Amino acid sequence: MWIYEKKLQYPVRVSKCDVKMAKYLTEQYGGADGELAAALRYMNQRYTIPNKVIGLLTDIATEEFAHLEMIATMVYKLTKDATVEQLEEAGLGAHYANHDRALFYNNAAGVPWTATYIAAKGDPIADLYEDIAAEEKARATYQWLIDMTDDVDLQDSLKFLREREIVHSLRFREAVEILKEEQGRKTIF
Amino acid sequence: MYPQTRNWFPYVSPYDPCPPIRVKTYSVPPQLFITFQPPDLPQNSPAEALRTGVLWPSLYSPYDPRMDHLGRGGGGSHGT
Repeated sequence: MWIYEKKLQYPVRVSKCDVKMAKYLTEQYGGADGELAAALRYMNQRYTIPNKVIGLLTDIATEEFAHLEMIATMVYKLTKDATVEQLEEAGLGAHYANHDRALFYNNAAGVPWTATYIAAKGDPIADLYEDIAAEEKARATYQWLIDMTDDVDLQDSLKFLREREIVHSLRFREAVEILKEEQGRKTIF
Repeated sequence: MYPQTRNWFPYVSPYDPCPPIRVKTYSVPPQLFITFQPPDLPQNSPAEALRTGVLWPSLYSPYDPRMDHLGRGGGGSHGT
């Protein structure tokens, strides 16, 4: 169960009318390394991970949903006032044909989100290493998105999200260390 | 140049069709070097923590998008 706060985790301000950027940002909305995939991956793996790190996966999954809201806000702001012509020029003509200006879970190339993007092997180390890799890939995606815009306000929000991927990666690395350590440890009397 | 980046130098052929990018760069953020965060690290103020996205300065990773000369597009390079 969740308690919902009706505000974003970090402010999203978009200052430049750049419909094309909306298309690119959807990579982090419905892409393989996007926030939806991240949230669902951790929220599902948490059931079969050792007790000590269940809370970590739940917490990070929850934060990923907060990031998903931020990305959705960016895409919405960039598309809500766009004309059909502007959407077509930005490469979103096919999107408009299917969805109007509604957001949808697909990647920047328009490929719909699929559960094959996420894994749950049941082996705690395999799952945590997958999670670390997912965080690094999301970090890299944010870097390329920051490179693609000169809107400093949008860059600011994207830099926040990139930093969070770094923190999550470290927490998953710590989870691996916790699982490595516990049993072999000698009790000193 | 941030210490959180590394450079490498790809092979450049005299027969390359496009002007070569001689230096490529990639991020090596702090989590790669910490593994397990020690207790009692210095903390940012709440305002600074919100701004940077992290409570501990030693986990902060800046990212500079203007890396054109380093082999990255930047500054709205996808055109308008």
